[in-house]
Amino acid sequence: MKKRSGTFYLLMVPVLLWLVVLIVIPHLDMFFRSFRFENDDGLMVFSLNNYLSFFEDKIYWLTFVQTALYSIGVTFLAFVVTFPVAFYLTKVIAKKYSSFMVLLLLIPIWIGELVTIYGWMILLSDNGVINNFLIQIGLINTPIEMLYTNFSMTIGLLYMSMLFMIVPMMSALESLDDSLIEAASDLGASKWTIFRQIIIPYTTPGIASGGIIVFMLVIGDYVAPNILGGKSSLWFTEQIYNKFLATFNWNEGAAFGFLLLLLSSSIIWLALKLTGQKLEKVGS
Amino acid sequence: MIRTLPCSPLYITGYRIYIALFYIFLIMPLVTICVLAFNDSTFIALPWNGFSLDWFFANTDERLGLFQDTDLMLSVWTSLKTGFFVALFSTIVGTIAALLFEEEQFRLKGLLYFLALAPLVIPGVVLGISILLSSTYAGTYVEDNFGINLAFLAPSFWLVVIGQFSFGATYVMLLVGARLKKFDRVLAEAALSLRATRLEVIWLITIPFLRPAIIGAFIVAFLISFSNFNTTIFLIGSDPTLPVDLYSRIKFSSTPVLNAVSFLIVTFITFSAVISFVINRKKA
Repeated sequence: MKKRSGTFYLLMVPVLLWLVVLIVIPHLDMFFRSFRFENDDGLMVFSLNNYLSFFEDKIYWLTFVQTALYSIGVTFLAFVVTFPVAFYLTKVIAKKYSSFMVLLLLIPIWIGELVTIYGWMILLSDNGVINNFLIQIGLINTPIEMLYTNFSMTIGLLYMSMLFMIVPMMSALESLDDSLIEAASDLGASKWTIFRQIIIPYTTPGIASGGIIVFMLVIGDYVAPNILGGKSSLWFTEQIYNKFLATFNWNEGAAFGFLLLLLSSSIIWLALKLTGQKLEKVGS
Repeated sequence: MIRTLPCSPLYITGYRIYIALFYIFLIMPLVTICVLAFNDSTFIALPWNGFSLDWFFANTDERLGLFQDTDLMLSVWTSLKTGFFVALFSTIVGTIAALLFEEEQFRLKGLLYFLALAPLVIPGVVLGISILLSSTYAGTYVEDNFGINLAFLAPSFWLVVIGQFSFGATYVMLLVGARLKKFDRVLAEAALSLRATRLEVIWLITIPFLRPAIIGAFIVAFLISFSNFNTTIFLIGSDPTLPVDLYSRIKFSSTPVLNAVSFLIVTFITFSAVISFVINRKKA
């Protein structure tokens, strides 16, 4: 092996420190902590109890399953809602307008989740804007209960995550040559056929990386389920939050955190496998 | 379907209505907050009681305006400080990581790059608890064995900075790395053949070439830090950041001062986005 220059180490050391101290060690620590359990004598012992309590208590694994299914659902919903927008901005609208409309998409992202979720809280509440509007136009007499339901939680999760999907899908669509669509159309293909046979296969990489980011944001979110969700809107991050900041059972919290990490990474791994993508691509 | 292909008027109109609805959905919560920030009322939502600047300037028993609310101003200040340090450290280490992964070859490069991307797919909650667990453990260990109390290892301002840096560096690495891919190696080779050292090449040629991306990445890291909640909540000490403060007010004591502070964030972000848009347009 050739001798390394000093510059190499100058670059290597900070990066190694970052990755080892802040990524590797904390997650290994979390993993080991999840097996620590205080026995009846007050001693810390190795035990599977933290995981057992997860499976024994119905509410925990029910929340776990609900969070997983909901996250997949919201990710799919985000795709359905935003794909037409991404297509419109890259292929339909005149170029000179599209950059301004893309800018509008970025603003809610930078404003941050907490403010936008708060905005939805005001919109959806009993004396909120939507209920007032519906009463004003005479559609309803008494306010519809929208806030603190699964509906409001879904709106919040969708709103805060969906925009992250548009940018990767747009960059995939931008490299799709219009002449492919024109050729298919000249040969008599219907819109649906063009969509299914050309557009979707071509943009799969963009859809996959966008979908993974959305899924990640949704499954790891705390703000939207907690502020907009109701009694039945259980979210697994809330259980972790309670273990750490309410009941102070950190070892059990570590087990829950590890389960969440396991869940999210296995679903992402599955999505990457199914679409033939690499994690490296998701980043770019 | 696309610009060059003719379509039925019904299809075009339908598509335009969908896009308009999407943008209304996007902007609705933001406009609502901004308008209600000037509502002369003690409730965060409707009814509209007339225009008032109370929630910015008032200091009465019933109404404490944003600029009179020292707690709120303090959390804004904490967030600005946190954002600055997170952006600074993330930019330095993220840029170094981009240089390392783009320009150097070494063993285990694939693994290290995977670790550097990992924060994209680790839920923020998990990052928060794993860093909390290992830092408090390290803190007690150092205190027990050496009798030194390292305050930054307990939940505090600096632990929040460390936690946010752990994923901020990933975003910087990706943004700077994208620009580095466009770097013309010939420049570096010419300098090297003229006896410049590797470090001189980086400092005098590569970094100036990367400057726009580095500045952009600094701003992105700042904004990510400024709006982060999921990781921060576990690492916070006695001085909350703005999102954490907003969260506890939304949950426990919401007054229209929340609308006022949200109004400022929304206008500030929108204003900066429009300015950057105009500047970029002039350059192009």
